[in-house]
Amino acid sequence: MRAPKILFLLWFSVWIVPGSAAAADSCVTCHAAIDDAVKGPAALIKNDVHIAHGLSCADCHGGDRTSDDPDVSMNKAKGFKGKPARATIPKFCAACHSSPDYMRKYAPRERVDQFELYQTSVHGKRLAAGDTAVATCIDCHSVHDIRAVKDSAAPVHPLRVGETCSRCHSDAAKMAPYKIPTNQFQEYKTSVHWEALSKRGDLSAPSCASCHGNHGAKPPQAESVSAVCGSCHVLFEQLYEKSVHNAVFSGAGGGGGCMVCHSNHAVHYPSTAMLAGPKAVCSGCHDAGTAPAGAATQMAGWLDGLDTALKKSETVLASAEQSGMEVSEAQVRLIDGRENLVKARLALHSMKPAEMQKPVEAGMAIAQATQKAGEFALHEKDTRRMGLAVSVLLIGIVILAIRLLLRRMESSS
Amino acid sequence: MSAAELKAKTFDWFDERLGLRMARDLLDHKVVPLHPGTAWYYFGGITLFLFGVQMFTGLLLLLYYRPTVAEAFDSVRFIMTRVEFGWLIRSIHSWSANLLIFFAFVHMFSVMFTHSYRRPRELTWLSGIALLGLMMGFGFSGYLLPWNQISYFATKVGTDVAGTTPFVGPMLARLLRGGEDVGAATLTRFFAFHVMILPLLTCGLVGLHLLLVQKAGMSTPKHLPAHDLSHMKFFPNFFLRELMVWYGVLALLGSLAAIFPWELGEKADPFASAPAGIRPEWYFLAQFYTLKLIPSHVWIIEGELLGLAGFGLLALVWVALPFWAATKPDGSGGRARLATGVGIFLVCYLFTFTLLGYFK
Repeated sequence: MRAPKILFLLWFSVWIVPGSAAAADSCVTCHAAIDDAVKGPAALIKNDVHIAHGLSCADCHGGDRTSDDPDVSMNKAKGFKGKPARATIPKFCAACHSSPDYMRKYAPRERVDQFELYQTSVHGKRLAAGDTAVATCIDCHSVHDIRAVKDSAAPVHPLRVGETCSRCHSDAAKMAPYKIPTNQFQEYKTSVHWEALSKRGDLSAPSCASCHGNHGAKPPQAESVSAVCGSCHVLFEQLYEKSVHNAVFSGAGGGGGCMVCHSNHAVHYPSTAMLAGPKAVCSGCHDAGTAPAGAATQMAGWLDGLDTALKKSETVLASAEQSGMEVSEAQVRLIDGRENLVKARLALHSMKPAEMQKPVEAGMAIAQATQKAGEFALHEKDTRRMGLAVSVLLIGIVILAIRLLLRRMESSS
Repeated sequence: MSAAELKAKTFDWFDERLGLRMARDLLDHKVVPLHPGTAWYYFGGITLFLFGVQMFTGLLLLLYYRPTVAEAFDSVRFIMTRVEFGWLIRSIHSWSANLLIFFAFVHMFSVMFTHSYRRPRELTWLSGIALLGLMMGFGFSGYLLPWNQISYFATKVGTDVAGTTPFVGPMLARLLRGGEDVGAATLTRFFAFHVMILPLLTCGLVGLHLLLVQKAGMSTPKHLPAHDLSHMKFFPNFFLRELMVWYGVLALLGSLAAIFPWELGEKADPFASAPAGIRPEWYFLAQFYTLKLIPSHVWIIEGELLGLAGFGLLALVWVALPFWAATKPDGSGGRARLATGVGIFLVCYLFTFTLLGYFK
């Protein structure tokens, strides 16, 4: 009974609503007039990227949008496909998005391998196996109000993609059949990556899709973790691959590469507490007193020593600068010192103390030189003040002498 | 030959060639009137002293300063960090420039409020106003020379404002910049203005100004005719007092330079965005803030243009002060009172708008 009623309303509305002639798009005109669930697409579609590119409902759903008659506009003979079945959605979208010739007309730089990648993803494989609860295109991109990725309101915008994934992956009931954890987003929100993305607005900082892939989403395997992290942390990966840890952590059945020390979703700011002390991650494998534990403690000491020395120089130079002394040259050198600290932290990933020693020594030399420059500036400031006091005193004496001379001259005349 | 004879002969030799006796007679006869406003006479001398400081420190800075975009900033930093007492010379030069303009303003307003511009001192007033303009030109051109971020963008703003002058604006902006934008040509040009053109003009005008002061004598307040007043000999009595004031100003300059060394900032980067809160030197702040307050369009006239026209009119009224305000020889009358009112308004406006421009 419901379908004829809707069809009647559709037909009726286009005849009685002024200006609702088929001139624009009969799909939008009719659906907008229906006070029902089918009104949804017409209300949403004004923000859709496809509409912005001049496409219409009929370009996806088929049919004849120029006809006001529902029997004509939604006629299968006119190619009307209607609402696709959930299992066919990826293929439905791929009809255009996998066609280089078609996509070139609207978005020449857009990739056309999304469907291909999707089929390799956990989502795609499960869908192919008949599990329609997994994510398809519309679960991430939305439907009818699909926005470009760069649109900050898009659910796949870097700032929002984590939340989009978490809609399913943080839902314990939804994830129960797959026996996978649901705390990834919660952990990710404590990470340095989320901080960079959300607080500093660095859109190049990693979100879920950066490590897991988007259309081809799947968890990285233990042997590929360092490659995933290395796609941004290039130099760290190069040194890590040459280190003794690579064979242990990244081999088949190994422990998980970078995440052994840094975790996966909850990647926090690294500190020397990870190397030495009660919270040292090294101590999880290396007992105290062993050579590797000793090397870790030594390297932590070097890093802390250099950091402290640089901070001390910074303080002295800031104090000198505040008192008006020109110390910009030393401050520029101090940046080199900081760079050496970064290099030393980088060299740590080779797990060879000798590799770290060179930048640490270079950084220490700079820290000492800049501190000396700062101390000299502060000493110079004191000297200037002393010089000023003496000069003002001398000037005072001269003024007094002139005054006395004047008094003597004027009293005698 | 005794020592006294030798001294007399040497004096005669020089007098024959230089006219020393004439100068001595001049000094012997020059007097300064004594009245409650005598202290105002010192401000002209202070301004002259600070101009001398500028010449001396400027010459020393010239020994190391390099006027190119690549080297200007580094050469100033070299002066401040490597050259013995370079920091002191540069800081004194910068502080002295500001004090010079401040005291020039004080001198100008003291002349104005005591109506000392009245006949026959019209040309003294005009040469003084021209000197103040030259001092501000020194300040504007010198500000760019360290080639730091603030000075670069302030010069951009300043030359942009000059570019909005009716009819001659674009030509004036190009003349100042040496091109379409502030760059290497601007620095070279400003350097030439600062160390050659402006000093030559200033020295000539200072000479004329002093000559005119000497010619007309010291002005006295309109209600105290000079012949009713007692006098002090200029040399040595007034001169020694002036010397004490100069020493005091020197102590002030040294203190400012040692306690608040003039900062250098960061090297100019034309591709960087303009630093926040950019503003010109304090003596341009009142005009700068006024232009900011004027809406972009007032009726059909551009706001900036209207502001500049207003300043131009005010400047014209100010320059022509002796010709419209001093209708009576003793400086009395309604117009003189109007001039005093204009002066009070101007002082209040400059003071308030400079503060607003600085803090807002």
